[in-house]
Amino acid sequence: MPVDMRTYLGHVELVNPITTAAGCAASGSELAQFFDLGRIGALTTRSITMAPRAGRPTPRMAETPSGMLNAIGLQGPGVDAFLERELPWLDQRGVKTVVSVAGGTVAEYTALARRLTDAPGVGAVEVNLSCPNIEDRGRVFARDGAASAEVIASVRSVMRYDVPVVAKLSPDVMDIVSVARACVDAGADALSMINNPLGMSIDTEAMRPSLAAVTGGLSGPAIRPLAVRCVWQVHAALPSVPIIGMGGVLTGQDAFELILAGACVVAVGTALFHDPYACLRILRELEELLAARGFHRLADAVGLAHRPPGATTRHRIDLEESSL
Amino acid sequence: MTGTVLTTRRVDAYHALTVVAPGIAERFRPGHFVGVAVGGARTSMLTRRAFSVHDVKPDYGGTVEFVFTVRGPGTAWLAERRARDTLDLVGPLGRSFPLPRDPVTCVLVGGEYGSATLFPVADALQQRGCRVDFVLGAVSADRVFGALRARRMGETTTLTTEDGSLGMRGRVTDVLPGVIADVRADAVYACGPMPMLGGVTAVAVEFDIPVQVAVEEQMACGVGVCMTCVLPVIGDDGVTRMVRSCVEGPVFRGERVRFDDVGTIPFDALGAPGGGTRNAG
Ligand SMILES: Cc1cc2nc3c(=O)[nH]c(=O)nc-3n(C[C@H](O)[C@H](O)[C@H](O)COP(=O)(O)OP(=O)(O)OC[C@H]3O[C@@H](n4cnc5c(N)ncnc54)[C@H](O)[C@@H]3O)c2cc1C
Ligand SMILES: Cc1cc2nc3c(=O)[nH]c(=O)nc-3n(C[C@H](O)[C@H](O)[C@H](O)COP(=O)(O)O)c2cc1C
Ligand code: FES
Repeated sequence: MPVDMRTYLGHVELVNPITTAAGCAASGSELAQFFDLGRIGALTTRSITMAPRAGRPTPRMAETPSGMLNAIGLQGPGVDAFLERELPWLDQRGVKTVVSVAGGTVAEYTALARRLTDAPGVGAVEVNLSCPNIEDRGRVFARDGAASAEVIASVRSVMRYDVPVVAKLSPDVMDIVSVARACVDAGADALSMINNPLGMSIDTEAMRPSLAAVTGGLSGPAIRPLAVRCVWQVHAALPSVPIIGMGGVLTGQDAFELILAGACVVAVGTALFHDPYACLRILRELEELLAARGFHRLADAVGLAHRPPGATTRHRIDLEESSL
Repeated sequence: MTGTVLTTRRVDAYHALTVVAPGIAERFRPGHFVGVAVGGARTSMLTRRAFSVHDVKPDYGGTVEFVFTVRGPGTAWLAERRARDTLDLVGPLGRSFPLPRDPVTCVLVGGEYGSATLFPVADALQQRGCRVDFVLGAVSADRVFGALRARRMGETTTLTTEDGSLGMRGRVTDVLPGVIADVRADAVYACGPMPMLGGVTAVAVEFDIPVQVAVEEQMACGVGVCMTCVLPVIGDDGVTRMVRSCVEGPVFRGERVRFDDVGTIPFDALGAPGGGTRNAG
């Protein structure tokens, strides 16, 4: 029997739990050459900014063991070009789109949200909080619960009520649960984690930092345990909040791990660089794995690893444990 | 797609791999490259390695050959592949070299393994009745790729090495003006290290003839999704943008690439920090 792979982001239904991670699928058309984007639950855009951005100088990438560092610097065409070309392209193809937004001030996030409010084809808005807050000496929004909450509250207040607002959290914090709670209290309908932790590598040949920007965001399987931990802790504290889990997902089994920790949607990022077909392969592997474990519905697996040690028979507890 | 290694061989300082890859071979045009996964199924090396296609043949439904030099762990792994091993390739990728409509005279300039890219170009040009002349260079004799084949195919072939161990001592840019003048070249095609491409472009601009270059920027995906491979390129509208060399390139009109600014964000580029953001529109 096929597994029911449907899942919900707030009240928005996705045909399956696989999406692309922000910034890892460009405008969508690049991946559409490899597979039909309509077959994944949603496509997450790169983080859209108000003005066009040229990003950081090259080299922007350094491969690291089971991962890579990137310092792209949110290169993108700006919201006008996005609304003129990229979003309509996705909308016309019926691709459910999670629009990621980024800004340097609360006002900028709010202005972006306002621009998206009337745009057709916005399935959800993901707020990338890992940007430096230029009004607070460049302190990253995501590192501070109050600053994050301020952004989320403001975006939520201008966004259409039927468009879920997702707060994307950084693992580079003392207490991710408190930041998550602050975002939910401010009106976030869902949470997304994890964004890239900050890393660095030095080219021992040139004896200089590998990246022009010196430090960069670490991604890939190297960060998966960090992602599982963050999803686990936040799901334990806020079991009813939908979570988009990401960080080093290369296989269906990796996706399953995040689902067991509490994610109801799984985003694929760096794996797309290795394999442009990764989303469909991961979806197929996940479905096979769920079927092999006797699941009829994906929803029954969400957060399942949180069941108490004694409760070993899955079938008796799966409905109570589901967060959906 | 999964390909099977047909043959491996050493060519001077380089390795050459011929891979059965019908889907790639049939769509290949000169200048295209392939993205190769390295390290095997459970590898810790996640980013694909880019290699220009040196040759395609119709054997076994279609084979592609690429030539590479061992630089780091990924190319070291590739150098250990043997016949019948499988290889995960994506391609053909990138924009190919535009070819002239009329039978003109073209000088093909190659540096190190960059020369490998030029032979399919030479083939295509000759099929259109163009005259082809080669200028190939490298640091030393063993790193000059394809000298013999160039001599067979080209009307003339000029070789340069920095240590003087083969051909003229010096760089391709030292001899290029002489070659262009002698053969009355109408166009230049070039592939090699970035500084060489900058130099070749400067020479072509001096002679006021078109120059097409295939650049090599650091790539992670090769398919346009990661944004790591950008360089500053001047558009038709005169605006400089940070464009992806994997999908908008790797072939560019030389004079459009701001070689001196590679590795920076020029202040006047679209979306550059500060002033640049204001030329939006
Ligand atoms: C369009 C294109 C065509 C190329 N064609 C050839 C060719 O025909 N023959 C050949 O020998 N080499 C070619 N290269 C360069 C080749 O891709 C690199 O030498 C190779 O990726 C190095 O991998 P590594 O694991 O040995 O080195 P590492 O330094 O360990 O690689 C780490 C990461 O950096 C990337 N990287 C490192 N150096 C380069 C580079 N010079 N260019 C692009 N990415 C790099 C790698 O792909 C990898 O993702 C080409 C590059 C490009 C962009
Ligand atoms: C090249 C690259 C660009 C990224 N750009 C963005 C971005 O624009 N916005 C964002 O919220 N996250 C961005 N991320 C972070 C990813 O969305 C994701 O959170 C992270 O990479 C972990 O997932 P992964 O290990 O599957 O890549 C980027 C990651 C990479 C590797
Ligand atoms: S290599 Fe990924 S965008 Fe060019």
